Amino acid sequence: MAPAGTLRPVLTRGLLLAGLLAALAFPAVFTLPFPRHVMIMIFLYGALATAWNIIAGYCGQISLGQAVFFGIGAYTSSLLFRDAGMTPWAGMIAGVALAVGVSQVVGYPVFRLRGHYFAIATIAVGEIVQALVVDWDAIGGARGVFVPIRRPDSLVNFQFHQSKAFYYYIALGLLLLALAVTRRIERSRAGYYFRAIREDQDAAAALGVNVRREKLRALAVSAALTAMGGTFYAQYILFIDPESVFPLSLSILICLVAVLGGVGTLWGPVLGAAVLVPLQEGTRVMLGGTGKALDLLIYGALIIAISVFQPGGLMALLARARTAGSAR
Amino acid sequence: MGFLYALIAAGLSLIFGLMEIVNFAHGEFLMVAMYLAFFAWALAGLDPLVSLPLAALGLGALGWAVYHGIIRWILDGPMLAQIFATFGLAILLRSAAQFLFGIDFRTVDEPLLAGRVALGPLFVGVPQLAASVTALAAFVGLYLFLSRSETGLALQATAQDRQAAALMGIDTQRMFALGWGIGSACVGVAGGLLAMFFYIFPDVGAAFALLAYVTVALGGFGNVPATLAAGVLVGLVEAFGGLLLTPALKYSAVFALYLGVVLWRPQGLFGRF
Repeated sequence: MAPAGTLRPVLTRGLLLAGLLAALAFPAVFTLPFPRHVMIMIFLYGALATAWNIIAGYCGQISLGQAVFFGIGAYTSSLLFRDAGMTPWAGMIAGVALAVGVSQVVGYPVFRLRGHYFAIATIAVGEIVQALVVDWDAIGGARGVFVPIRRPDSLVNFQFHQSKAFYYYIALGLLLLALAVTRRIERSRAGYYFRAIREDQDAAAALGVNVRREKLRALAVSAALTAMGGTFYAQYILFIDPESVFPLSLSILICLVAVLGGVGTLWGPVLGAAVLVPLQEGTRVMLGGTGKALDLLIYGALIIAISVFQPGGLMALLARARTAGSAR
Repeated sequence: MGFLYALIAAGLSLIFGLMEIVNFAHGEFLMVAMYLAFFAWALAGLDPLVSLPLAALGLGALGWAVYHGIIRWILDGPMLAQIFATFGLAILLRSAAQFLFGIDFRTVDEPLLAGRVALGPLFVGVPQLAASVTALAAFVGLYLFLSRSETGLALQATAQDRQAAALMGIDTQRMFALGWGIGSACVGVAGGLLAMFFYIFPDVGAAFALLAYVTVALGGFGNVPATLAAGVLVGLVEAFGGLLLTPALKYSAVFALYLGVVLWRPQGLFGRF
């Protein structure tokens, strides 16, 4: 029998390829909107959680204000599309630029803070930004922005009313991009700097890592990916308001997805999204409309259970199952 | 309002100082306390002011149970696990309230105290005034308990150095549970007081909890007296921010204050670490 060590990389690669092919073929098999919608949300939340994972999972800076970047991405592209007729793709790039700019301006002072002070500061920033947007009448204030509907469907307008398949592939592309960036960082020098900062900031600084600069870089990448998710969301839903793209609950949901799957691992956020999103959409469809919040009840219990019994998330659970399997 | 914020935040601060865990379900504890006060009034006809000890006891028991059910197991876990365990608890409590009580806004009608009095040129509602006086009294009581009684000193010793305290014969597990009980009882009192003049609904805790985190961090985590000063400051900034800017931005003013202070002093106004 071949030793497991030589077989495993081949096996993993095959599994990944099969997964990718299955993801590509999915819309051909499932033509109903609902399964496609669930998959799109998995990809979107997977991508957002992967972006959070870069700053929090690898770099150890627990940002609870990711919705700021998401909202910036959504608002920038939508406003440019509505008022200047710019294609949302260009708007996406503008949103990314703006989000990165904001992340650097805000990050520079806030990265002085550590631990809980940092986490609460990011909440404070998020709340301030949301209140400002609600109060800013020129961009719709609390009423939000309707993305003008253009027919027929076209890639230029980033709107597809006939079928969700295009959205599906764009969301998948976004997730793959986020994963590729994470993979790249994992193996780069910066990735080692990030993890050094996470483990011990003072030790990293003593060894010559420019702590603030590395944190800002991690945040910039995270902000850029999150803003792209925001643009996608705006074009998919076609309506945005401060309550839907800037709330603290979105920031926290993003983190929870990653925490559930496994922080600081490549596949953890995707796994978390694959478990949490169907749970959420499923319970919403089956129990929703009753106003009873049963879905959230299950969800809260799940989060507590994960934190208490398996802080490493589902990935750690998988790893344990694997070592137990190979030990036999 | 400042004194109420201070009392809510004091519970949080106590728990953090003891074991360096931020209870992100603190606002939901407040919500539970308000529902307790509401049902004591709706079912038994007890005014929130009368049922105050009940709310304090109930919440103390809740805090104790949460410590033994959840917190004990993650004391040595990573910070993320600690954050999200309490976040999960917050979601659980909030949705449980929604499940059981619905999302309607409820109020205690015809409370014992009503109307307002003139304090010089200012008009202050009687319930609000009573609430702030009671909150201040509870705060002073908490401070005296911590600094004078033997149990309070044992709590402080545990906060300073867990191992040394254990060597001195202090049962740290009991102290931790006690800290959660007392910290939660503070919220119980605050919730009972708040129920006199504020709407009661499942999400009520969220806004107050955010302010409580800011208050605690502003004063410096783990420093209970400093929390009082920070609470009053937050209350003032909120009131004047609403007056000078637009009311919609009054919380932004508080958050901006927090950012300004921690950037200038990363450990909070009076923090020791």
